Amino acid sequence: MYDIQALYEATSVADAVALRLAHPEAVVIAGGSDVLIKLREGKLAGCSLLSIYGLDELRGVSLEDDGTLRIGSLTSFSHITKDPLIQQHIAVLGEAVDQVGGPQIRNIGTIGGNTCNGVTSADSASTLFAWDAVVELTGPDGVRQVPIADFYLGAGRVDLRPGEIQTAIRIPRAAYEGYRGHYIKYAMRNAMDIATTGCSVNVKLAADGTIADARIAYGVAGPVPCRCPAAEAAARGRAPDDETVEAFARAVLTDIHPRDSWRASKAFREHIAVELARRALRKSIELAGGAR
Amino acid sequence: MVVGKSIPRVDAYDKAAGRAQYTDDLCGASALVAKIKHAEIAHGCVRSIDTSAAEAIPGVVKVLTCFDVPPYQFPTAGHPWSTDPHHQDIADRLLLNTHVRYYGDDIAAVIAENEVAAAQAVRALRVEYDERPFVLDVQEAMAPDAPQLHDEFPGNVVGHTEVRRGDYAAAIAEPGLTKVEGWYETPTVQHCHIENHICVAHMEAGRVVVVSSTQIPHIIRRVVGQALGIPWGKVRIIKPYIGGGFGNKQDALYEPLCAWLTTQVGGRPVKLDCSREETFVSNRVRHAIRFHIITWVRPDGTFAARKFECFSNQGAYASHGHSICAKGTNAFPQMYPCDNLECDGWTVYTNLPAAGAMRGYGIPQAMFAGEAHMEDVCRAMGADPVDFRRQHVMPVGYVDGFSKNENYFDTFNQVMDKGMEAIDFRRKQAAYRNQTGPVRRGVGMALFWYNTAVWPISLESSSCRMVLNQDGSVQVQTGETEIGQGCDTAFAQMAAEALGIPVENVHMVSTQDTDITPFGTGAYASRQTYVGGFSIRQTAELLKERILKYAQEVTRQDAWLLDIADGNIVRRSDGRVLLSVGELATTALYSLEHSQHLTAESTYQIKNNAYSFGCSFAEVEVDIPLCKVRLLRMVNVHDCGRLINPQLAEAQVHGGMSMAIGYGLSEELKFDPRTGRALNNNLLDYKLSTTMDHPDLEVRFVENPEPTSPYGTKALGEPPACSGAPAIRNAILNATGVAVNRTPVTPHILFDRFREAGLL
Repeated sequence: MYDIQALYEATSVADAVALRLAHPEAVVIAGGSDVLIKLREGKLAGCSLLSIYGLDELRGVSLEDDGTLRIGSLTSFSHITKDPLIQQHIAVLGEAVDQVGGPQIRNIGTIGGNTCNGVTSADSASTLFAWDAVVELTGPDGVRQVPIADFYLGAGRVDLRPGEIQTAIRIPRAAYEGYRGHYIKYAMRNAMDIATTGCSVNVKLAADGTIADARIAYGVAGPVPCRCPAAEAAARGRAPDDETVEAFARAVLTDIHPRDSWRASKAFREHIAVELARRALRKSIELAGGAR
Repeated sequence: MVVGKSIPRVDAYDKAAGRAQYTDDLCGASALVAKIKHAEIAHGCVRSIDTSAAEAIPGVVKVLTCFDVPPYQFPTAGHPWSTDPHHQDIADRLLLNTHVRYYGDDIAAVIAENEVAAAQAVRALRVEYDERPFVLDVQEAMAPDAPQLHDEFPGNVVGHTEVRRGDYAAAIAEPGLTKVEGWYETPTVQHCHIENHICVAHMEAGRVVVVSSTQIPHIIRRVVGQALGIPWGKVRIIKPYIGGGFGNKQDALYEPLCAWLTTQVGGRPVKLDCSREETFVSNRVRHAIRFHIITWVRPDGTFAARKFECFSNQGAYASHGHSICAKGTNAFPQMYPCDNLECDGWTVYTNLPAAGAMRGYGIPQAMFAGEAHMEDVCRAMGADPVDFRRQHVMPVGYVDGFSKNENYFDTFNQVMDKGMEAIDFRRKQAAYRNQTGPVRRGVGMALFWYNTAVWPISLESSSCRMVLNQDGSVQVQTGETEIGQGCDTAFAQMAAEALGIPVENVHMVSTQDTDITPFGTGAYASRQTYVGGFSIRQTAELLKERILKYAQEVTRQDAWLLDIADGNIVRRSDGRVLLSVGELATTALYSLEHSQHLTAESTYQIKNNAYSFGCSFAEVEVDIPLCKVRLLRMVNVHDCGRLINPQLAEAQVHGGMSMAIGYGLSEELKFDPRTGRALNNNLLDYKLSTTMDHPDLEVRFVENPEPTSPYGTKALGEPPACSGAPAIRNAILNATGVAVNRTPVTPHILFDRFREAGLL
């Protein structure tokens, strides 16, 4: 039994926008795997809910005319993992979201909810950061496109304006073509857990075998997911050898800011972050067909 | 012979199909909902509780606080009552407490029409406290100036066990001894049974009826009577199917409070359903115990003297109290006997959640410390871990002076042989020598000692009733409770064998109802298959005697010549089938000449006890840079006597091994040192291990029939949880050379220890 004041169910995106404006205090609920937990804990007790769960037009993965990969915000984790376009163009995203919680959560949880929740540990977020994803927001003034790094404003806060709902996550063709990546979730259990640290790396190799581009992003290395420009610079244009891997891994410490908490110490998280960078880059190079 | 066969569980289909009825299934929709207000300080006194806002919430029926409860301090431990006042459990709590002794203590209760109103009302209570200093560490709580928890226990010491043998001080003066010394620490963990504790109480004919998820209905009746100050016969407890207990429900949890709440609302049904968060903090936990062990070893490897100290963190209320620490302390001198010995075990109150019974009852803690220490001794002496244990372990023929338990067989060597063979121990020991890479493998092992049942510390008795139906089938009732472990199935097999009827003709009455079920103390101490066997055999023989006596009237054959086999009355002299038990039962019930309802009931008091032994072998792979341990293989070998149902026995071991894996690698309930509040009282942050964290769990048995049991059986419920954690710890030591003297061995701990050891 949940302590809910009212439930508004949107029948279309336009209706959702209208309901958002009419009931600005209502909490948007999609799969509910985060919202219902907060309700149960009493944190949102007595709130109103605006459900967008019925909006099937926000489900599914497609390729736009210009090759942009479009993931509807209500697409569940398990559908993303099994989607052929995802498997072909950005397999690592399917692998990353396949590590969320357990099977039931992956069936109900959505990528839109995972990102709108604004938490640093979201398994989808570091990979979306690492692939230059763009968040599509639909509001009273039409559609707005926001790079994912700008969408995250702070811990638990995202750039959702009055009347807006997130309608898609888009990955431009240039951001995925020729790239291969690997995600490592470091957690205390092999299932039913949140990341102590999550690291997503991808690379694009040049014709001569050097690293044309390398991108890396972390979850739980700061209040929001983050990229590591210093590490990326250390790898770009270099040969995919041990020396590069080491320089890349060491450089992540420039850009990450994990903290001490009862869950893990800063020193531990930094140590693990460096080791994950090493392993994820090596694996990405291997997946991209590079020599080890 | 149905005993010894892996027949399906008698409740398997009902449970798998969702037909089995649990407490919440039995609770009517009209029941009121109770929720508890838990204290938000670790130590102090409630000065006042403003209930006005809570009472104004629509749907709230009644708000009761620590200032309203009956003045009877009561004990909660699920022990048989003792008529000797010196042997009775400590009565140290009220239904709701003004003196707050831990963060989460029960200070008020709300009764409402529904869950939402109840939750709102709990949040609306305004509490004022007078705070006092608190203490969380067990040894700090023993200090002279430590905060005091209970007036009746100055110094916070709940109990002290002392064992002395020979002359320790003189023995350690012997020249040439090697001293091996270590401190070992085990964490607070929780049972994490699937079904949280739940109970529903109402009044009927001036009596209180409580349906509860408990392991011990007859004990709960007594405790509810004590807590409410009413005659025990005014209380009726019903125990339906329950979703696990592991010892947490071997305690009066919220049955006394729920029983009192219904009396405050005119006997209307009141449901009290714990959340998982409450279950972690406000039920019971496993005692965290700190150990200090010293062994003095002669050059030839024999022990000159040993010293053992342990400090058991009781938390805020006594619950099972010192019994847990005492069991572990008394195991130490028995497992590896030594002529010169000093053992001291202390149980001490602190401002943490109350610790009670949990699968293993002090033995998983004692085995972690004792078997980690044995490994340290082996390494100090350059000895092989198996050979060295063979040299020191309890010998065949050993008899404990107190329990009179005897080690009848060469079990320890047999289980070690089986375990070594299963995991290929010698080959792997050799293969894993001298590793240098970042990922290393290791093998380790540990033994355990476990006592079945509680004789002679407490009463051991079992009662059974059998009622014959017209078709020759039989209802069997015992006071022993099915809590998921499968005892109903084992009992059906025993009853079928003793009566000579097919097992499908035995109907186990799974529900215990203290108004109608014969007296028995319930599920704990790995006792039920052992003690239940006595009363089932005895009652079956009584019933059989009555059946055969009646058969004599019907068949005109001497009862002495008759027997029951496969559901028929047979003449023993020539094996001829004379009639079925069903035909006989129908005749007996409806006879116009001599009608008889054939039933039997008896109580058997058991004045024996049995050792149960075994071991664990573990193989790990340690990823040093990631500070992670992967458990590659785990083998448990047990001697629990003759197996009643091999498949169920194996399942029992799987569950215990899973618990041991969590205990060894991931589980720990943590507390904020600044406030005493639990930090991770939920199943996300408390790292209960999942199947994805387990290898295939491998089980082997050695079947030495227990001579004192009519079915040759002894403890298996708790033993599988006892030796896994130290085996894992010892395997990590074998792989990396790093000895971690605390459990769980988490990546955080390994990060620190690997840095100290220069591995990172």
